[in-house]
Amino acid sequence: MAKVKGAIVVDFEKCKGCEICVVSCPADVIEMTKEVNAKGYHFAYAAKPDDCTGCANCAIVCPDGVITVYKIKIVVEKIA
Amino acid sequence: MEEFQLMKGNEAVAEAAIRAGVDGYFGYPITPQSEVMEYLMAAKPHERTGMVVLQAESEVAAINMLYGGAGAGKKVMTSSSSPGISLMQEGLSYIAGAELPCLVVNVVRGGPGLGTIQPSQCDYNQATKGGGHGDYHLIVLAPASVQEMADFVTVCFDLAFKYRNPTLILSDGAIGQMMEKVKFAEQKPRLTKAPKWATTGKTPDRERNIHTSLDLDPSRHEKFNEKLIRKYKEIEEKEVRYEKILCDDAEYLFVAYGTSSRICQKSIQLAREGGIKVGLFRPITLWPYPKKEIRAMTNQIKGILTVEMSAGQMIEDVLLSVEGKVKVAHYGRTGGMIPTPEEIVEALKQKISGG
Amino acid sequence: MAETSSSNDIVREENLVYAKTKVLTDNVMHYCPGCGHGTTHRLVAEVIEELGIQSDTIGVAPVGCSVLMYNYMDIDMQEAAHGRAPALATAIKRLLPEKYVFTYQGDGDLAAIGTSETIHACNRGENFTIIFINNGIYGMTGGQMAPTTLPNMKTSTSPYGRDVKMMGNPLKMTELVATLPGTCFVTRQSVHSPANVRKARKAIKKAFEYQNLKQGISFVEIVSNCSSGWKMTPLQSNEWMVENMFPFYPLGDIKIPEVQVEQKEGDVLHNSLNQIDKDSKQVKY
Repeated sequence: MAKVKGAIVVDFEKCKGCEICVVSCPADVIEMTKEVNAKGYHFAYAAKPDDCTGCANCAIVCPDGVITVYKIKIVVEKIA
Repeated sequence: MEEFQLMKGNEAVAEAAIRAGVDGYFGYPITPQSEVMEYLMAAKPHERTGMVVLQAESEVAAINMLYGGAGAGKKVMTSSSSPGISLMQEGLSYIAGAELPCLVVNVVRGGPGLGTIQPSQCDYNQATKGGGHGDYHLIVLAPASVQEMADFVTVCFDLAFKYRNPTLILSDGAIGQMMEKVKFAEQKPRLTKAPKWATTGKTPDRERNIHTSLDLDPSRHEKFNEKLIRKYKEIEEKEVRYEKILCDDAEYLFVAYGTSSRICQKSIQLAREGGIKVGLFRPITLWPYPKKEIRAMTNQIKGILTVEMSAGQMIEDVLLSVEGKVKVAHYGRTGGMIPTPEEIVEALKQKISGG
Repeated sequence: MAETSSSNDIVREENLVYAKTKVLTDNVMHYCPGCGHGTTHRLVAEVIEELGIQSDTIGVAPVGCSVLMYNYMDIDMQEAAHGRAPALATAIKRLLPEKYVFTYQGDGDLAAIGTSETIHACNRGENFTIIFINNGIYGMTGGQMAPTTLPNMKTSTSPYGRDVKMMGNPLKMTELVATLPGTCFVTRQSVHSPANVRKARKAIKKAFEYQNLKQGISFVEIVSNCSSGWKMTPLQSNEWMVENMFPFYPLGDIKIPEVQVEQKEGDVLHNSLNQIDKDSKQVKY
C-alpha cells in the first residue's frame, strides 16, 4: 500500500499573510505565525506538516507565489 | 530612371511611405488628408511590400497602434489633420516617453476646435513645443512642396530611428491637396532585422525588453529626463535644416515655412521690383529650430517679417533667435485664409522696411 | 523556520510538484495581500511556460493596479496609455502575426476609458488575447466607482452605494464582446479557490492556443477581489465576491470557438459547432 506525503516551503519574507492558503488546504495543515516577517505580516507555515499530502492547493491559490510543494510516495509494509 | 508623376501632396506621402519600406500605417479619416489612407488602401501595399494598413476606430487608437508597432521595432506612421492630431497628443507623449520612433503627418487646417477644413499653420506651437504633457520634443519637418512631402518620409524615419524619437511632418491643407510633379525614390525593402530594443519576444540570450514611460522613483525619473534633454541638445546641434533664398544681398528677411514660404518667394520678387532687397529664410526643421542661423543673419539685415498662416506662433522662436538685435514683426492670416504676395509686401513696408 | 524536520526528506528537487514558474521574475509584487492580480499574473506566466512561448510572447500592460505587470513577467512587454492596450496589441499582432500577444487590463482600463479600443479590437477580430480583471472598483486611485461596480455597492465616489438612476448601470463587457463576430472565445473565471484557479488556468491556456485559430479575440474575464478597496480582509473579500459578484457576473464559458472540422469524405470544410473542449459549458446570454 502506498501513502502520499507532502511538504511545503514558504518563502516567508515574501508572504503577505492573506490566509487564502489556510482556507484552501484540505488537510488543515497551514496556520499563520504569531510572529511577523520584515514587512510586518504574519506568515503561513505548515503547523501540521505530517498531514500534508502535497496537493499543492495552497501554492496554486497563493497570490504571491511564495509556496513550493514537494511530494513523495511512501510504501507502507503490510504487517502480517 | 523613373519619370515624374503628377500627384497631390497627400498621395505623395502615401506612395513615399510604401517605397520607404514602412511596415504599418494606422489612421483615421479627416479632411484635408483623407487621401493618404485612400491612396494606401487602393495601392495594395500589402501585396507590394507586405505593409499593413489599418483604418483605426479613432485617432486615439491610431496613435496607440503606432506605440505598439514602434515598440515592436517596426516603421510605423499615421497621418491626420489638426483636430485629430490634438487627440493624438497623449499617445505622442507616451511614445516620446518610451523613446520609440514613428512618423506622424499633420496636414494642418484652421482652428481652434473643429475650425475649418482650409489650410492653416496654426498648429506650430503644438508641434514644436511638445504638444502633450511632459518635457519632450518631436522632431518636426515642414515641407514646402509635394516633392518634400515625399522626401521627408525617409528623412523622418531615419531621424526617428537614429534618435528613437517620434517625428512629425507639419504640412498644411494647401500642400496636402495641391498637385505637383514628384519623383520617387526606388523601393526600399522593409526592415527585416528588429532593433535590439524591440519587443519581439524575450529570447534566452537577452533580458526582456520593456517599453514604458513610467518610473515611480523621482530621482531615477529625473535621470531619465536628463537623458532626454541630452538627446534633444544633440538633435539641436546636429539636425537643423533650413533653406535661404536670395539672402546674399538681403537687407530685410522673410522668415516663413511651408505654404507661406512659397508665397513669400513671389513677395520677394514683387518687393525687389520695388527696390526693397528682401530674402527668405525657410526653416525646414521647425524643431530643432535654426536659431543660430537666423541670429547669424542679424549682422546683415535690418528687420524680419515672419509670415505664418496663424496669429503669430513661430515669431516667438524668431524673437528668441535674434535676441532683440533687429526688429521682428508678424504678418499672418487665420481661419483658413491664405495671404497674397501683395499683402505680404505691404505688411513688410508697413511693419519693417517702410517706403 | 517554516519547515519541519520531518519534511527534510521530502523537500528535494526530485520530489518537487509545484514551484513558482521561471516566467515570473523574483520581484515582490506590489499588490495588496490576497489580491487576484498576483494569482492571475502567475497563471499567465505558467501558461506561457507550459506552451513554451516565452520567446514568442509580447504582453501589453494597462494603467491601473497592474501597471507594473512588466516588473513581474519575464517577457517582452509594453506599458500602454490608459485604456489603449488593445490598440497597441492590434498593431503588435498585425506586424508580428506569428507571435502570441496579450493585453492585461482592469475594469477601468477596459470597460471605461478603453471601451472603444476594446470593442473595436474585438469587433475587428484581432487575433490576440485579452485578460480582463474585474473587481468592480478602482483600486490604484483609492477605491472609486468602476463601470463594473455593482448596484448599491459602496465606493469612495459612491459612498452611499451605487445609485443606478444617478450613476448608471454596471457594464457587462464580457457578455457584450461575446455578441461580436470578432471574438472566438469568451469566458469568465475567478482565482479565489484552488478549483477556480485550475479552471482559470485552463481557460487562459486555451485563450493563448486559440490565437492560432485566427478566428479573433480570445477574452478571459477574471472576477476578482479588492480587499483594500472593498475594505475587507482578503478572506472576507473572497466571500463577498462569491456572494455578490458571482450572481451578477456568473462564471463559465460564454462563447467557444467554431472550429473547422474536415469531413471524412469529400473536400468540403464546414463550420461546426463541435466543441474543442467538451468540458466547456456554454452559458446562454
